[in-house]
Amino acid sequence: MTVSDYRRQEESITLSGEALSQELMTINMGPHHPSTHGVLRLIVTLEGEIVRDVKPVIGYVHTGIEKTAEDKAYWKAIPVVERMDYLSYYFNAMAFCGAVETLLECEVPPRAQYLRVIHLELNRIMSHLVWLGTSALDLGAISVWWYCFREREALLDLFEMSSGQRMHTRYFQVGGVIEDIPRGWAQRVSAFTKTMRARADQYAALLDKNEIVLQRLRGTCPLDEATLLGLGVTGPLLRAAGNPWDLRKAAPYCSYDHFDFKIPVGTQGDNYDRYRVRHAEIYESCDIVDQALAGLPEGPFITEDRKVALPPRHELATSMEALIHHFKLVTEGFRVPPGEVYYPIESPRGELGCYVRSDGSSKPARVHMRDPSFVNLQATAPMTRNSYIADLVATLAMLDPVLGGVDR
Amino acid sequence: MPDATGLELIAQDLRAIHPDAVLGTTWFREQATVEVAPAQLRAAAEALHARGYTFLASCHGVDYYPEEPRLGVHYQLLDMPNVDRICLAARVTVEDPHVPSLCGIWPGANHPEREVFDMFGVVFDGHPDLRRILMPEDYEGFPQRRDFPVGGEPVIFTYNETQLPGWTQ
Repeated sequence: MTVSDYRRQEESITLSGEALSQELMTINMGPHHPSTHGVLRLIVTLEGEIVRDVKPVIGYVHTGIEKTAEDKAYWKAIPVVERMDYLSYYFNAMAFCGAVETLLECEVPPRAQYLRVIHLELNRIMSHLVWLGTSALDLGAISVWWYCFREREALLDLFEMSSGQRMHTRYFQVGGVIEDIPRGWAQRVSAFTKTMRARADQYAALLDKNEIVLQRLRGTCPLDEATLLGLGVTGPLLRAAGNPWDLRKAAPYCSYDHFDFKIPVGTQGDNYDRYRVRHAEIYESCDIVDQALAGLPEGPFITEDRKVALPPRHELATSMEALIHHFKLVTEGFRVPPGEVYYPIESPRGELGCYVRSDGSSKPARVHMRDPSFVNLQATAPMTRNSYIADLVATLAMLDPVLGGVDR
Repeated sequence: MPDATGLELIAQDLRAIHPDAVLGTTWFREQATVEVAPAQLRAAAEALHARGYTFLASCHGVDYYPEEPRLGVHYQLLDMPNVDRICLAARVTVEDPHVPSLCGIWPGANHPEREVFDMFGVVFDGHPDLRRILMPEDYEGFPQRRDFPVGGEPVIFTYNETQLPGWTQ
């Protein structure tokens, strides 16, 4: 009996519920379930093996980051904000810094924008690698996990080289980035993107012709574009349903309009398309990184506005003014004009928006992250209703929620 | 973003719903905000939806302490074909924190509105499932309010053996 015969047998079972006269059973999946990718708890109502309803219960890793940020000066809030969605820390920092820069009307130098783009796209690849590895693990393929984490390790080494940290790097500052890239970093990044494309081909070779992966992804748990839009879903999930909405193209920020890249879209909106879209995005991110490295402008890597950015270390020994600026920035921080802004960017999971309200002091009066995982999680129930519980696990993997971002 | 004139035109149209619907418009850093009376929030949202702002990008709660009315709810609306954003805001007092829920227009408002209820205590009338979402179900108070203290948890281990010696006997 081949795998396809099994599938045919499965498909002969009616999902309408008429033939099944079993009573409903409500079970708890998580919060300590390995396939929930964190501490997500799902209350699943089952009829036999068929999911009739899913209720996500979240909040297990709520740490009050937004409240903590209100108690810190703007530049000291960056590290806590970075820790929300722990797989896309550059994006969290970008959304927050972008919002504060909008409030300050602070110009970011071109070199800093390019350096940001390079790090953002490397971070996108890293996030997709973790997603691909853990998703394949959920589908029963452990080897992909090792391969993805091998490449992720190389990426974390690059982050360590440019900023000294592997995760939560605090590399982005209000007004630019903290340091220029070290010598030799650009060559290593170029070598990495070259390898990454070949490795992404290998992942495709491992997965795309794998009968089990195809059977579990193709045609399972699709959701149409209109429902996704109503639920506020963005990112690869929306693009898999055929809507090419990507903020990098639609409303370019951080000089994304300088680069030539494509937006991968799906046609069916099923789990297979979700997998293909993210996989194709890895190549596009490699392209953006290569273009940004090739066209990296010369100039300062952080704004020269001394009221916002720290003066260079060597100036402190000779300039009294620099010393005063340094002292004021480190003790009080910079003051931000009162007002409210919303700054959306395209994170690996969709629209990551940062809302910042300033009351004119040196601490934000309110920081709120519109985290894509938090909103996308609402699509779990419509996607998985009336499908097998095994498809629920696959869908959850393709949904790619990061619970640090959901709970904040 | 609608420009400053476009924002006034939108506000003018919203006033057609109800003469007191619009409480003010803000054009700040090229971002448009229209503040409406809480009672007219639902009608205003429907009017903006009909204008093309069919995607609810985000919903924020905010506490304007010590200003009154204190609590604010912001809906970030998006017109995808025109890449146009507008913020629909309403402000309520702590004593009467009721705004209509927009879950009927955007099912995706469910989780964000629950978060605002959880953190600020804004009650969304007509919400299908208004429960706490991030804090524990039995939690008291609304932690994102500005007057809610940081570290205000009751102390469990009080080490009061010296004050109450021999209580174990």
